[in-house]
Amino acid sequence: MFAWQNTPMTGLHLLGIIIGAIIVLLLVLITVMYEILAQRKFIGWIQRRIGPNRVGPWGLLQTAADVLKLLIKEDVIPAKADRAMFSIAPIIAFVPAFMVLALVPYTMNHVFTAGMNVGVLFYIALSSVSIIGFVLGGWASNNKYSLVGGMRSAAQMISYEIPMGMSILGVVMIAGSMNITTIVADQSHSQFGWYIIPQIIGFIVFLIAGIAELNWTPFDLPEAESELVAGYFTEYSGFRFAFYMLSEYVYLFAFAALATSLFLGGWNGPILPGWLWFAIKSALIVLLLFWVQATMPRMRGDQLMSFAWKVLIPVSLFNILLTGLLSLFV
Amino acid sequence: MTSTLHKEEMILNLGPQHPSTHGVFRLVVTLDGEQIVDADPVIGYLHRGTEKLAEGLQYTQIIPYTDRMDYLAAMLNNYALVHAVEYALDLEIPDRAEYLRMIVMELNRVASHMVFIGTYLLDLGAMSPFLYAFIERENIVELFNEICGARLTYNYMRIGGVKWDATPDWIDKVRRLVPMLREKVKMIDNLVSGNEIFLNRVRGIGKFTKEEALNYSLSGVNLRSTGFRFDLRKVRPYGIYDRFDFDVIVGENGDALDRYTCRLREIEQSLRIVEQAASQIPEGPVMGKVPKMIRVPAGEYYASIEGARGELGAYIVSDGKDKPYRLKFHRPSFVNLQILRKLLIGQNVANLIAILGAVDIVLGEVDG
Repeated sequence: MFAWQNTPMTGLHLLGIIIGAIIVLLLVLITVMYEILAQRKFIGWIQRRIGPNRVGPWGLLQTAADVLKLLIKEDVIPAKADRAMFSIAPIIAFVPAFMVLALVPYTMNHVFTAGMNVGVLFYIALSSVSIIGFVLGGWASNNKYSLVGGMRSAAQMISYEIPMGMSILGVVMIAGSMNITTIVADQSHSQFGWYIIPQIIGFIVFLIAGIAELNWTPFDLPEAESELVAGYFTEYSGFRFAFYMLSEYVYLFAFAALATSLFLGGWNGPILPGWLWFAIKSALIVLLLFWVQATMPRMRGDQLMSFAWKVLIPVSLFNILLTGLLSLFV
Repeated sequence: MTSTLHKEEMILNLGPQHPSTHGVFRLVVTLDGEQIVDADPVIGYLHRGTEKLAEGLQYTQIIPYTDRMDYLAAMLNNYALVHAVEYALDLEIPDRAEYLRMIVMELNRVASHMVFIGTYLLDLGAMSPFLYAFIERENIVELFNEICGARLTYNYMRIGGVKWDATPDWIDKVRRLVPMLREKVKMIDNLVSGNEIFLNRVRGIGKFTKEEALNYSLSGVNLRSTGFRFDLRKVRPYGIYDRFDFDVIVGENGDALDRYTCRLREIEQSLRIVEQAASQIPEGPVMGKVPKMIRVPAGEYYASIEGARGELGAYIVSDGKDKPYRLKFHRPSFVNLQILRKLLIGQNVANLIAILGAVDIVLGEVDG
């Protein structure tokens, strides 16, 4: 399956890896571009608006114009900020976001997928590296709103990582593997079908914890506009700001891809080609998140914490127990 | 165990430029983590000296200045002034003018409460209700535009009546608007009021008792939410409010949720008044017999109305000239704001926004 992983590295391999990385990067950037447009259009419709429609036909170039604007904007670093940390924080937040994409199995032939044996763990580990970027950005800005935003985001993401990891555990138990590619392949011939069926509790916990981890409404406390102006990136502008935004949307895509792979059978599906199934499923997850964003108010910090520790964690523990019984008797 | 951890309180300057202070309101909060230790409201960024300016203006000339106080309910401000002058002069107002006033005032109250619902939910992090509320408010604003040529600062009322008469077509539009608005308010109610997250954010937050509300001299929804039945339209009917059938909405607990529900249900009552007024409106003149030069006899006069945010009063001290010697507005937003500090201490930053929003201030009115 992953024959090249077992042979010594040659120049050709290295070239292949670099080309693969660039292709995935471009693919993801384009996806993110239209993800943002889709978000604005979709939420616009929910709010009885038209959404962006000026740049390009049907607003198709809107995001490109926005990115261009951010690129040519002056890069402001506040006088009292810690310059080194301020500059490096967005990169720390952004790089892991792209790194997790290496794990996503887009198609059955997994050309550009790292078939890592600890794939699920790798995802969780990397996504927590980003927290450092958020906290650091909040601290280095030397702004009180940023500081509170950064603290909130750290507390929230650490709390929600636990239920998220535990909800994935059920899938790992059924599949008997942490390799995401194996998990997806397993769902094509599993007796349960896609893992959303035996793992429906796990899926719901995963979705909620994932939304919280993405700092998405109704858990968008770290960037609560009405309280903290913009949270940890209040002081950021220009391309550094774009990095934060980009990492957020890449995580959104990565989260949808992970949910698709773990619970919705990844590329599996009748008639249509695998990559299309993958795209449809992950797009549906992303649309679901947009829908939630347009309709929900924000939770409060203490409620958020007690929800994670008193509801989600017990439920996901219960799910693990159920999964254990299931694999014991079925 | 005693903690040797070094702790420091943080002073956070909320405003005057901040998304949730609804204007140029500044709040200096001392934070211990996210807990509020102290809060110090700083106002005056929108102060234009309306009361001082009024001393140099004839009574009719003051009317446009009142538009700029509570800019979300300018019709009610107009009325507060002209009502006080009419009360001082003991003027007879033609019936049609009174009915037109009732219609525009109650519609304006609806529009103002719509803005509250939209912005309050925006403060709590829900984006969509804001747009829904504003789309419906737009209908009302368009009607005002049609009758007086302005969407926000109407300058519609005059001492002795109103400036412009309504066409039969306009009255018809009002009649058609009422059931439509009623339906839309029900829709917003359906979409928002049962939301578990919303309820958890506002229930039991910013709570005060009847006695505290009275001690702080609160009025309007802030007072009624504690269960105290006090609405000037019923208690001391002015204009022709005694001819209409409507209920005074009161809350029970005096928390942010009650204030939200009270406002939502008050929209319904205001629509009832508009409906009755639009169906009973008689033909006739819209201006009464008013002397060319309005001179208020020497003395002191106070008349107050139920504004969108509470008791809106005008206190006139006259020395018999065509300009007031002194004009003082009892501005409900300013008075209601006084309890804010007491409500905030001990809360966290997220609750701060929920509490401030529920008090519902308009900075134009706070600063005068």
